Amino acid sequence: MQPFIHYVQSYLTSDKTPGAAGNMFWAFVYILLIFTGLSIAVIAMNWLERKILAHMQVRLGPMRVGPHGLLQPIADAIKLLLKEDIMPAEADGLVFWMAPLIVVLAAFTVFIVVPFGPTHAVTDMNIGVLFMLGVSSLSVLGVVMAGWASNSHYPLIGALRSSAQMVSYEVAMGLAVVSVILMTSLNATGTGTLSMIGIVQAQQSQGIWFIFKFFPLGLIAFFIFAVAMVAETNRAPFDLPEAESELTAGFHTEYSGFRWSLFFLAEYSAMIAVSSIAVTLWLGGWLRPFPGLLSGSTWDLVFSLFPGITFLFLAAMCFYSTARMPKHPYFRIQTIGLAGFGVVLGFIGLLLFVTPVRDRVQDIYWFSLKVAGFMYLYIWYRGTFPRYRFDQLMKVGWKVLLPMSLGVLILTAGAGMWFSVGK
Amino acid sequence: MHWNMTDQNTSLSPLDLETPEKPFLDANELVINMGPQHPATHGVLRVILRLDGERVMGLECVIGYLHRGVEKIGEHRTYTMFNPYVDRMDYVAAVSNGLGYCETVEKLLGVEAPPRAQYIRVILTELNRMASHQLWLGTHALDIGAITPLFYTFRDREEILKIFEKYCGARLTTHAFRIGGLQYEAYDGFEKDVKNFVSFVAPKIDEYEELLTTNRIWLERTKGVGIISGKDCIALGVTGPVLRASGVKWDLRKAQPYANYKNFDFDIPVGQNGDTYDRYIVRMAEFRQSLRIIQQAVDGIPEGPIMAKVPKVIKPPVGEVYHSIEAPKGELGYFIVSDGSTQPYRMRVRPPSFVNLQALDVMCRGAMVADVVAVIGTLDIVLGEVDR
Repeated sequence: MQPFIHYVQSYLTSDKTPGAAGNMFWAFVYILLIFTGLSIAVIAMNWLERKILAHMQVRLGPMRVGPHGLLQPIADAIKLLLKEDIMPAEADGLVFWMAPLIVVLAAFTVFIVVPFGPTHAVTDMNIGVLFMLGVSSLSVLGVVMAGWASNSHYPLIGALRSSAQMVSYEVAMGLAVVSVILMTSLNATGTGTLSMIGIVQAQQSQGIWFIFKFFPLGLIAFFIFAVAMVAETNRAPFDLPEAESELTAGFHTEYSGFRWSLFFLAEYSAMIAVSSIAVTLWLGGWLRPFPGLLSGSTWDLVFSLFPGITFLFLAAMCFYSTARMPKHPYFRIQTIGLAGFGVVLGFIGLLLFVTPVRDRVQDIYWFSLKVAGFMYLYIWYRGTFPRYRFDQLMKVGWKVLLPMSLGVLILTAGAGMWFSVGK
Repeated sequence: MHWNMTDQNTSLSPLDLETPEKPFLDANELVINMGPQHPATHGVLRVILRLDGERVMGLECVIGYLHRGVEKIGEHRTYTMFNPYVDRMDYVAAVSNGLGYCETVEKLLGVEAPPRAQYIRVILTELNRMASHQLWLGTHALDIGAITPLFYTFRDREEILKIFEKYCGARLTTHAFRIGGLQYEAYDGFEKDVKNFVSFVAPKIDEYEELLTTNRIWLERTKGVGIISGKDCIALGVTGPVLRASGVKWDLRKAQPYANYKNFDFDIPVGQNGDTYDRYIVRMAEFRQSLRIIQQAVDGIPEGPIMAKVPKVIKPPVGEVYHSIEAPKGELGYFIVSDGSTQPYRMRVRPPSFVNLQALDVMCRGAMVADVVAVIGTLDIVLGEVDR
């Protein structure tokens, strides 16, 4: 027992990821934490998307299940699990069965290398970015399989669109990523890195987020990536594969119940995954904002209080809503539930003020906050933009984004050369 | 019915659809069945598409899923009894249908509604034109993927429906007009409500335009899509905003003024290219022209009777009459043959949606699948009117 406890404790002071430190116990804990956290994030995202979209569209969104519809995603999940699982008679059984699994696996596996903090990742691979891009593009396979195995016209067209779209946007995406990799090599040794943690550390040591590096080159590369990642995840305005008005539901038209919910889960976790790449590569990953402008131990302390303050603010909002709930026996359970939710959030907020917790958690907080910003953008796009047509989508991908990313890559390389020679 | 996917069994084969361009590879065509249960066909329209990849090589509309035999019903009801039925054709512009029918029977009888009734009729009809266009805009934008305008337009359409509800108790199938005038006097505060609505909705139209008119994706999706020339429009009998967007200045409110429209000052918005974007712009301009008409009508509403002298039992003289009005979707005409009895001998409706739908094939040849959806939206069809 003693050696095991020692084994567990020894990692707590480590400055490496569990994978890099070779600590299987903590690696497993991290995998579980990330899996749970991701599932909760998808559930929260479901609720938030419906609420935010609703408020953009002058309506209320879910209001019935739980206070302000907070339990709606859970009710939906139960509904999906209880639904009859239908497989079309003409479908190719094995492929039909495997498709959602592949999509989900691809979407979840990429989180192995996502760095929530300098030590908060399952492992630190030296090919991290490559691994993420590679594995996330495996989901195309699942999409094509789903469309083909359904043996139906609409899913087939949806799958063809989807695969063409995902493949063509990956090119621009990859080139935008390469320009960041070039930026990481601007140090004394002149060697860059593909490791996700290494990229953030490069931004830390260079004292600038790569979005501002070689202004406006970093910004343009970021913009290219930000457009390509929306296309890559098949979201509005590039949501042609599931264009409801044309193809009913695209490649997952024939899927229902649990299998459908796997696609849903994969879509949202893929959104979080590509946003994590963008945050890591351009927005300084887990680094807090204004490291140069507001430096010093006082500012460090102020910024480290942010996680706790955020949760207390959310708790206060819950209590405010509780006070505004209708005073009627019908709403009593909902009112108690909302207050209870507020108490839980407040408790977490207080816990986050404790120094050891605070120090270890604030990286995760800043990372999640930046990813949440991207999630909001996704919802905003969906509420604002019409949908591109297929040929226009291809035109944007190949004729606009690809030349742009090539140009940015060349200019970044030139700028990098110029500045390292100047040194 | 099990739809066989192979080519020779479709009803398309006898139809000689020329290929827009020679396919690159000699691949099999994909025949897909869009509708009658499809989110973008605005009801129960069924479209059989012949696709080469994403490109449409030809299409055929199958209609009749909502056929109720309205015209035949008209021949078995008295003139008064048939009046509510016409509301059920173009159910989003029920007031216009009623106006067309009432005016036709009035023409047959040789009576004219008194001026006050005419003014109230114009106000309600123009309000209904706006409601119809709002519904068109919301659903059309939804088809193209912009999901938000739908809720904005429905929010504002609600205000129009509230006025209808206050006036006659119904919101959608209003049965607002009677042969010879109106049954109900305008309620207390009607003019104030309409004026409030005019000032309320004017900035809202800018709001719709803000979301779409200069949106790059919207421009790409609508410009150059579903082009139809003015000549083709006339050859196919296409009317309404679709015709005007193709550059033909033809509006029955000006060309054959009815219901006091000659007293009002308004413009006819005309497009040039006859594409989906021009049709959008024309309809957006029509919103503003309708507002102008409503403003003038509500300012100049005269006092007086609201019902002309019409016998209790309507027995028009023997003869036939055709009268048409500019409904929101185009020329809505009624042809009635009277044999002198209480029921029409023949009742024929010329619905704009039915005639405009003919142009779908011309507009969609060589386009992409996504354009079919955009073109169905821009034609602004209502299946209740197509099938009758």
